[in-house]
Amino acid sequence: MAAKTLISVRGLTKTYQMGEVQVHALRGIDLDIREGEFIAIMGASGSGKTTFMNLLGCLDHPSSGSYSLDGVDVHSMDDAELTRVRNQKIGYVFQSFYLLPRTTALENVELPLLYSKKVLPKDRHAMALNALGAVGLDERAKHFPNQLSGGQQQRVAIARAIVNDPVFLLADEPTGNLDTRTSVEVMGFFQKFHAQGKTVVLVTHEFDISQYTERIITFRDGRIISDVANPNPRNAAEDLKKLPRLDDEPLEAS
Amino acid sequence: MSIIGIIRIALKSLTRNKTRTFLTMLGIIIGVAAVITMLAIGEGAKKVVDDQISSMGTNVIMVTSNFTNTQNTARQAAGSGNTLEEEDVDAIRNSVDGVLFTSPVYNTFGQLKYGNSNWRGRVMGVDVDYFQIRDLSMESGDTFYASDVESGTKVCVIGKTVADNLFAGIDPVGKVIRIRNIPFTVRGVLRSKGASASGMDQDDIVLAPFTTTSTRLMGHRWRFLTIFVSAESKERIPLVQEDILNLLQNRHRGTTADDFSVSSQTDIAEAASTVSDTMTILLASIAGISLLVGGIGIMNIMLVSVTERIKEIGIRMAVGAGKRDVLLQFIIEAVTISIFGGLIGILLGVTAAELLGKYMEWSINITAWSVFLSVGFSMLIGIFFGWYPARKAANLNLIDALRYE
Ligand SMILES: Nc1ncnc2c1ncn2[C@@H]1O[C@H](COP(=O)(O)OP(=O)(O)OP(=O)(O)O)[C@@H](O)[C@H]1O
Ligand SMILES: [Mg+2]
Repeated sequence: MAAKTLISVRGLTKTYQMGEVQVHALRGIDLDIREGEFIAIMGASGSGKTTFMNLLGCLDHPSSGSYSLDGVDVHSMDDAELTRVRNQKIGYVFQSFYLLPRTTALENVELPLLYSKKVLPKDRHAMALNALGAVGLDERAKHFPNQLSGGQQQRVAIARAIVNDPVFLLADEPTGNLDTRTSVEVMGFFQKFHAQGKTVVLVTHEFDISQYTERIITFRDGRIISDVANPNPRNAAEDLKKLPRLDDEPLEAS
Repeated sequence: MSIIGIIRIALKSLTRNKTRTFLTMLGIIIGVAAVITMLAIGEGAKKVVDDQISSMGTNVIMVTSNFTNTQNTARQAAGSGNTLEEEDVDAIRNSVDGVLFTSPVYNTFGQLKYGNSNWRGRVMGVDVDYFQIRDLSMESGDTFYASDVESGTKVCVIGKTVADNLFAGIDPVGKVIRIRNIPFTVRGVLRSKGASASGMDQDDIVLAPFTTTSTRLMGHRWRFLTIFVSAESKERIPLVQEDILNLLQNRHRGTTADDFSVSSQTDIAEAASTVSDTMTILLASIAGISLLVGGIGIMNIMLVSVTERIKEIGIRMAVGAGKRDVLLQFIIEAVTISIFGGLIGILLGVTAAELLGKYMEWSINITAWSVFLSVGFSMLIGIFFGWYPARKAANLNLIDALRYE
């Protein structure tokens, strides 16, 4: 493939010190991700997926190893640069959403725009509404997180991750709280986003979800145990047409 | 991120968390209001005492007989409880340096009468210098003069309380009142002085030439003489006091040295200011405790919300807020709360003090330093505990901040 390498990771480890005990969350990861790839990371609970995503998202520092993003060694960046990278380049969907409480969905989505130098204040509102619309939540814009279902909160988190139009989207189990239909909807959204040339990495436990991506990487005990291409990903938009709308048809007793 | 933008974020965050904002503010409001009110009461009381002491007169020195010593049976048999004599007054006037005015003062009580009105009041026989010593001025009419004293004229001036009680609605000047049935012409009415430091009504008084009162009103046996002296200056008081003491001890050789005592306005002022200082300290401690309680309230509410706030900082930084941005936001929040809390506290404290002054008739004195002290302290606490979690969070590893529990 001709696309240039966006991410290059070598010998990445992360060790947590829990008093006397050392937890080796990552035990040496080597990985290259090219621009425009759509990757699923799978693996058992506790295998280090979130830890790895946090490192990719420049939210945490590795214990050892190197990580270069867009040809720049992340380790060499200072706080201001890291802040700018998090704000401009990376969109991150957290496993546990991390929405601000008592703050409307819309204001939560606006958050990254507040700290962006590139976005004019007058554009924020429209951009945030747009992002909420993309995840089908524009009608819930004025709701507070505690007035939203788990799935809806997750979609607000997705909208927040994409609102700044990042080149690189990281999503930690973005469909973990969603029903099948909404999951496919979200995957359709990621596929559309990816079609614009964006790089997307998502963590999932569901084999079905991983089938919408182009490359599947499996973790076990802090190591990559398999890394396979998925040359014929499913098309979420088509799958969606086949799926029944839950609110249109009553559930049949089984 | 621009300052304006951060201010906007901070204000939004404050309105979003109304309960937290209100509770934090409440701590500051209570602290500030309590301190201002308490200190206003304390300072007010102090001012009353100060005013009362300066109302005594100018640089006053008093020589009083010590009645307790007159229980000496020999002296009582001699028919006099008094250890001071009118000659002592002349001696002080003539031979002590730095003395401006001297006056003998004889005190008695008597039934006062005008028409059908009766009043039992204090009657003092004094010399004309007494008006100077006590800084007395006339509300209406005139004083009496040296010639009146010389010839023992039956004239008097009366205080406002006496005037009010004997002459309801009538001008007392020129009228004749009866003191113990002896007629005295009222020359004038004294300007009101209010209560003295010891709580005595200084307007419940009749002043007459001491020569007149001695011959007409008081038997020799019951004349207790007090000598009032006015020193040239405040600085001279201790010296003059000393000289009077020496002079009188010489003159009274043979009697016990302490059959009289010399005290001054300064002595009384000192004693009184010790009392009022104690009171101010007491009130200030109460106010201090209020501040502390308010401060602990602020601390509590801020520390309780620390977890949430640290998470919030984690979230903001994860989506691209800089350390500086969040630190500034939190400090602006704390400053805003402190300023508004402080202002409301001042308003409340001043209102409370004024109301107490009005309805409880306490004297109130709101001082600038009490306002600065209380607002300064509350703001310090408010800002510290707003800044503290912010600093803590900003220095945390981002992931640790997000996962903070
Ligand atoms: N802050 C931490 N301190 C100590 N240990 C940690 C910390 N974060 C993660 N770990 C440990 O690191 C290992 C990997 O955790 P991680 O969250 O990356 O797993 P995961 O693959 O995302 O699991 P899941 O599928 O359940 O989300 C786990 O054993 C976990 O207990
Ligand atoms: Mg995880």
